[in-house]
Amino acid sequence: MSELIASICFGIGVAFTFFGCLGLLRLPDVYNRLQASTKCVTFGTMFMLVAVVVRSGIGSLGIKALLCLVFILITSPTAAHAIARGAHHSGVRLWKDSVTDEYLKDRGEGS
Amino acid sequence: MQIAWMVYLGVLLLSCFMCLFRVARGPTAPDRTVAIDILGIVIVGFCALLSVVTGKEWFITVAITWALLSFIGTIALAKYLEGRGFDE
Repeated sequence: MSELIASICFGIGVAFTFFGCLGLLRLPDVYNRLQASTKCVTFGTMFMLVAVVVRSGIGSLGIKALLCLVFILITSPTAAHAIARGAHHSGVRLWKDSVTDEYLKDRGEGS
Repeated sequence: MQIAWMVYLGVLLLSCFMCLFRVARGPTAPDRTVAIDILGIVIVGFCALLSVVTGKEWFITVAITWALLSFIGTIALAKYLEGRGFDE
């Protein structure tokens, strides 16, 4: 039974990861790619680690998977925020059909 | 059940190649940085899947290590993009 649940969880995780990478491939602009891929891929990977925990129980394998899950949950949004900030500071502008750029206004007022 | 594992591994491999395509093709440096970050997270999931498929526990240790190193590398690349030193 836990084998079946783990398999279904792996399926959900793999599907989310695949669609995140599809967004990375297809969207037009750095910020669009970042927001599509980071969220989907983080969720998919966390679902895969949950599947490992479900399949193996709380043992040496499950504790390591939980540790890895918490670490990814904390670090992935941090890294994405750092990249977005770095991209904006390095002068990459938004896609031509984007509506507004509030961060540029904030930076203009700040400096 | 065996076929399902093979399909999952194949789809994850395809995702890795999508990220590598973006690393090779991406027009600006932040595109490549995003792709490297995403590739690291996909590989963590890949290692989790491999630890279940092969039954070897050390794959999940590899996953933890890969997550740590990928995070540090991404932060370093983001700092470099921003044009600052590492101690700010």
